Amino acid sequence: MTELLDALGLTQSVALLSLQPPGWGANLLRGLANSLRIAAGAFAFGLAIGLAGACGKLYGGVILRDLLAVYTTVIRAVPELVLILILYYVGTDLLNQAAAALGYGRVELSGVAAGIWVLGIVQGAYATEVLRGAIQAVPPGQLEAARAFGMPPLTVLRRVTVPAMLGHAMPGLANLWLIATKDTALLAIVGFSELTLETQQAAASTRAYFTFFLAAGALYLLVTLLSGVVFARMERWARRGQPPVGGSA
Amino acid sequence: MEPEHPHEAAVAVEVQDLHKSFGGLEVLRGVSLKARRGEVVAIIGGSGSGKSTMLRCINFLETPSAGRIVVDGEPVAVRPDGAPADRRQIERIRTRLAMVFQAFNLWTHRTLLENVTEVPIHVLKVSRRDAEARARALLDRVGLADKADTYPAFLSGGQQQRAAIARALAVDPSVMLFDEPTSALDPELVGEVLGVIRDLAAESRTMLIVTHEMAFAREVADHVVFLLDGRIEEEGPPDRVLGRPRSARLRQFLGAVA
Ligand SMILES: Nc1ncnc2c1ncn2[C@@H]1O[C@H](COP(=O)(O)OP(=O)(O)O)[C@@H](O)[C@H]1O
Ligand SMILES: [Mg+2]
Repeated sequence: MTELLDALGLTQSVALLSLQPPGWGANLLRGLANSLRIAAGAFAFGLAIGLAGACGKLYGGVILRDLLAVYTTVIRAVPELVLILILYYVGTDLLNQAAAALGYGRVELSGVAAGIWVLGIVQGAYATEVLRGAIQAVPPGQLEAARAFGMPPLTVLRRVTVPAMLGHAMPGLANLWLIATKDTALLAIVGFSELTLETQQAAASTRAYFTFFLAAGALYLLVTLLSGVVFARMERWARRGQPPVGGSA
Repeated sequence: MEPEHPHEAAVAVEVQDLHKSFGGLEVLRGVSLKARRGEVVAIIGGSGSGKSTMLRCINFLETPSAGRIVVDGEPVAVRPDGAPADRRQIERIRTRLAMVFQAFNLWTHRTLLENVTEVPIHVLKVSRRDAEARARALLDRVGLADKADTYPAFLSGGQQQRAAIARALAVDPSVMLFDEPTSALDPELVGEVLGVIRDLAAESRTMLIVTHEMAFAREVADHVVFLLDGRIEEEGPPDRVLGRPRSARLRQFLGAVA
């Protein structure tokens, strides 16, 4: 084994990536865990915004619909890096002003919370569009049947609209999740120690740029591949009531 | 017990001077009818005469422009614009009016059993155990006992419509509203659905049935209503209305569908 690594000239790389200090492997994995935590939080927050936003766009009044149109248009038009800077600094600023107004001192927003807030707002705009399209694809007769049997509106949403639209939404949601995992890298710019920043620091300290960025790339790829498997299963489950394409029983 | 003579029974549903316009289009121009408990009322008429709209106004899937709907003696309270004044009241009343749609409208992400238990469990708050036991009995009754765990899309139209009837029966409704229940079916599947409805008529279910099946209407209905341009053109016992129609337009209509 050692001979093989020697022969390939990888001994040094393995040592650098070792989980034990002085290796930097543990730092990278900690960064990955942070990235995933933020991605999951932002994805969930974005879904909540998206469901509310989609319902607002479909069933809301004129003013609400206009506000939501501004939200989704602006968020999707401005580069994410810029949005992250704006939302991060505006978010912490507002929080501090609110804290000051209430007579508290400076508040330090935790990195994870800030990341979820920032990316969640971005995800919410895209999720609004994904879910709006999916809800519109639900046959109206199914919602009508629910109403005709006396279901209250929120029960219709929970028991009929959401499960019926999930199959249509799954591919779009899978995309959003992958974007969320990769957008966490942008948080490096506000100094949050997710995978990319950890990688940068390790690389800068050791000058082994190639090794570390390749390792980080492999970790992102692994996340993508595993996510693909999970989302494929969820989509199959969400589409359980639909006959296979091109055939019926 | 159901009274011997339906014409002396209490009124299950009453429509009073119902009007409905879509924009400038006046679809219903003052329709009144009632069904007593145990009575079957067949509603016939040409395409676009307002049959579906009338049925949909009864459970407020459409908002009537004017008129009154009374279910089991309870008038639906409405705001000045005609919409239900009290969401809870209309929801409660809707659970007593079970609708069977032309396009079935089963919930495609739920199995037949789940379709039938959905409203009892999540609206009427029946326990899951009771709801499932009853749902299985109802599916058995419409000949679908072995399909309880199948999703609707994997079934024929006739099977789906029978499941939709089981779903309607599961709420133990005062009145069942059928909107052309066999019009979306292949001809060879019509019989199995009419058979189920015929059995319901035999056990004195109160039903309003919009249908183009004249022989069937004549057989099961206690009262036939012929709708023309949003008004009742002629109504009465099936043998008279369908056998000796007075209105020229009804004669013409019957000649066309026969
Ligand atoms: N939601 C609606 N908006 C506008 N017009 C409608 C709507 N629903 C029905 N109509 C019109 O009302 C008339 C009666 O329709 P309907 O009640 O479906 O007739 P029927 O069921 O007797 O065929 C038709 O001219 C139809 O186009
Ligand atoms: Mg119709």
